[in-house]
Amino acid sequence: MAKKASAKQAKSGGGKGSQAKKQARARRRARVVLLVGTRKGAFLLKSDVARRSWSIDGPHFLGSMVHHLVLDPRDGTTLLMAARTGHLGPTVFRSTDRGKTWKEAAVPPAFPKVAEGEKGRVVDHVFWLTPGHASEPEVWYAGTSPQALFRSADGGASWQGVAGFNEHPMLPRWIGDTGGTPDGPKLHSILVDPRDRAHLYLGMSGGGIFESRDAGASWAPLNKGVAADFIPTPDPEYGHDPHCVVLHPANPDRLYHQNHCGIYRLDRPGDTWVRIGKNMPKKIGDIGFPIVVHPRDPDTAWVFPMDGTDVWPRTSPEGRPAVYRTRDAGTSWKRQDQGLPGRQAWFTVKRQAFTADERDPVGLYFGTTSGEIWASTNEGRRWRMIAAHLPHIFSVVAAAVR
Amino acid sequence: MQVLIPTPLHSYTGGRSAVEAAGGTLGEVLADLDARFPGIRFRVVDEQDGIRPHIRFFVGGEMASGLATPVGPAADVQIICALSGG
Repeated sequence: MAKKASAKQAKSGGGKGSQAKKQARARRRARVVLLVGTRKGAFLLKSDVARRSWSIDGPHFLGSMVHHLVLDPRDGTTLLMAARTGHLGPTVFRSTDRGKTWKEAAVPPAFPKVAEGEKGRVVDHVFWLTPGHASEPEVWYAGTSPQALFRSADGGASWQGVAGFNEHPMLPRWIGDTGGTPDGPKLHSILVDPRDRAHLYLGMSGGGIFESRDAGASWAPLNKGVAADFIPTPDPEYGHDPHCVVLHPANPDRLYHQNHCGIYRLDRPGDTWVRIGKNMPKKIGDIGFPIVVHPRDPDTAWVFPMDGTDVWPRTSPEGRPAVYRTRDAGTSWKRQDQGLPGRQAWFTVKRQAFTADERDPVGLYFGTTSGEIWASTNEGRRWRMIAAHLPHIFSVVAAAVR
Repeated sequence: MQVLIPTPLHSYTGGRSAVEAAGGTLGEVLADLDARFPGIRFRVVDEQDGIRPHIRFFVGGEMASGLATPVGPAADVQIICALSGG
């Protein structure tokens, strides 16, 4: 047995691969920390090994609007937080000790200053944070409102606009002039292909999904097959409203996305999205904000549907919250609502507020606009509330405690 | 001159509600303030030198319309957080 293992190790190139596998195994057993961004500050929820009891650490930055709080998976200790307040402008805070102390970015994401008399863009808030490729441990990406892409090459201390995107001559047409979503148009879902650090995707609400194969120097729309029933022209090339785009870590050719107009899957090198939401029950529909993939099985994903009928209440359909799961890449969906309120529950789960851990069985967690956090430690079969009375939740990100 | 700092910015000034800064215009005062308390300027003035929507500056008791507003040697600068919702 031992002989077999060492032969395999030699074949896979020695220590590095087995080290990664060892870390993955450790994450499958690790305690979980949930990084929670809310309209009034950040919280860290930490579990025991059984994921049964949870303690709350926080609030951090009470009163700040924290849109995203992300742990760097490359070092397991660095946290980046996108924050602003009602009065004060947008910035990024960084902690290198898992949230004990924080330091503000010396150069937060900001547009270039334009000449006197011209109208320059102004960052309203930093909405999204993505750690860069494993081979570039100091690189991070940020998405802002209004839509723009920023990059840091020093661990989040200073940020520069990605000119290939922000200065793209087509950008004003991609994002249009509709003003975007009610609390500001957003750039989100910045995805880095784990096989190729130059291969990036991003989503814009509104604007659509875009892809770069040269580290952000050039970009092309990737919206074929996606509905945009709010645009008068049929099959537009861009202008769509993806809410949340995910790439499967074990099969990076597999993407899913929850759109304003449906749930979609894309298998590269194909370039046409398939509306897998058509297989959802008609009375639930396929509208929502978040989508989450299983950390190991590319055919398994979860969504949290919301009511997108008539005036778009954006609440749980019929006041009965439920998660829907597919295990066959969207061919069929199963309702998972055990433990969730059966009536008169009207919460919404925003696009960054649904997350999975790396345990086996997988733990799922979502935060609501009404300040509750719900957890399932058996892949959605049963849910229970692990926190209540928090502020309006923007984001929940699960990470392993090292 | 003296610059009066509202509570949302006390994390930058070490809790002080009044600090010293120098400059002949509001922009120069804010640049000097930022050199003493790094990061404070961008929270109240955007990247196009616009005063942020819920921030007001008063120079010698008069509301300043922009960063070019002159600041006399005897004038105090007051940073005010206007109402910004719940």
